[in-house]
Amino acid sequence: MCLAVPGRVLDIEERDGTRMATVDFGGVVKEVCLEYLPDLQVGEYAIVHVGFALQRLDEESARQTLELFAELGLLQEEFGDPWETAAEAAGSEPVEEVGNK
Amino acid sequence: MKYIDEFQDPELARRLLDDIHATVTRPWALMEVCGGQTHSIIRHGIDQLLPEKVELIHGPGCPVCVTPLEVIDKALEIASRPEVIFCSFGDMLRVPGTGRDLFQVRGEGGDVRVVYSPLDALRIAQQNPDREVVFFGIGFETTAPPNAMTVHQARKLGIPNFSMLVSHVRVPPAIEAIMSSPSCRVQGFLAAGHVCSVMGMGEYPELAERFRVPIVVTGFEPLDILEGVRRTVQQLERGEHTVDNAYARAVRAEGNPAARAMLEDVFEVTDRAWRGIGVIPQSGWRLAPKYRAYDAEHRFSVEGIRTQEPAECRSGEVLQGLLKPHECEAFGTLCTPRTPLGATMVSSEGACAAYYLYRRLDMPATKAQEATPVV
Repeated sequence: MCLAVPGRVLDIEERDGTRMATVDFGGVVKEVCLEYLPDLQVGEYAIVHVGFALQRLDEESARQTLELFAELGLLQEEFGDPWETAAEAAGSEPVEEVGNK
Repeated sequence: MKYIDEFQDPELARRLLDDIHATVTRPWALMEVCGGQTHSIIRHGIDQLLPEKVELIHGPGCPVCVTPLEVIDKALEIASRPEVIFCSFGDMLRVPGTGRDLFQVRGEGGDVRVVYSPLDALRIAQQNPDREVVFFGIGFETTAPPNAMTVHQARKLGIPNFSMLVSHVRVPPAIEAIMSSPSCRVQGFLAAGHVCSVMGMGEYPELAERFRVPIVVTGFEPLDILEGVRRTVQQLERGEHTVDNAYARAVRAEGNPAARAMLEDVFEVTDRAWRGIGVIPQSGWRLAPKYRAYDAEHRFSVEGIRTQEPAECRSGEVLQGLLKPHECEAFGTLCTPRTPLGATMVSSEGACAAYYLYRRLDMPATKAQEATPVV
């Protein structure tokens, strides 16, 4: 959760009066809120933390960071299945997903 | 230089290291504030590449680690209620409260869900108007603005069944508390880059001046950390103590003004307890009066829960840089990632977990054998 991951803006739209984007994090695509970087444009990169773009980043830095994160398995840590991770840490089998996420 | 080939740019890493080795004439103790930096340092063996005279002390910058036990117990109490959908970031699932964790609450039938963003929790509230949706709002200045925006949205959109259990913490008062301790050995700080990308650097000059300590804003990639160490050591050797930005590609002096404005609107500064450390004055945020209706502590009447931390866990000393993880009696025996006593072992960004996972060679041999990596 500490991790802030660079991502590239693919698409921008207004939703419930809020500026939202779809952002590509080296293959994983997530919804991201742009309210804190309202002038961010499609094609630009930003540091994204828990679904919010917090600061612009140049393309070269963003690419290097993404490559490094992928290499270190940090993208899996950030976007992988947390229940599986928790179950592994607890030394038990993963539990069935409950609810309608 | 065992690990240097794994660096993204080994040539640059070598140049930075050579420069650091050439600069250092006396012993220096630096604290990296961010748990992500600690993780990166241990994972890449950066502390072992540095001159012996440069010691890295691990700071309290892991939000999962510093969330107080009683807040975890409040979360467990709320998450156990049948009318509640409890939403959290994944790293809180196995943080031990008194006797159990969120992972177990879910096993017992609690509706605990993991979200990527606090806005996901708000959407769950919109989709489930007959349930109470509670989001576990922890974290430092990087996480607080997203959570602030979510509460703001809940109020703006009139979503009555959403609330937040808030336990946010602030870095500058923690630096002040560490420097004010009589046993403090820290002579320079690697400040947390992403915290500064939100807050800017305005809070640091006063601290650098008062404690005569250099503060260098640092990212958490291996090369960023080497550059942060290089600049801090250069200042120390010259007898300087200024605020410097070694992470300019992501940090502007003013931070993110929109995020800071939202923080000030939604939250107010308050005294906050840190797990293992105790109360640090003015070190946290709580919801401002106009947002109190969204405070899960009030809504579910759990303000009264008070919890004593286990005496055998020494994570507080680890968090303050007074003890290295492997110096704790319980490390690797009574306390492992599978049976964590404290959150510094359960969070992957905690110093204890980092030492355990990467089987540090500077721990006693018998302990090193017991501490077999689980990854």
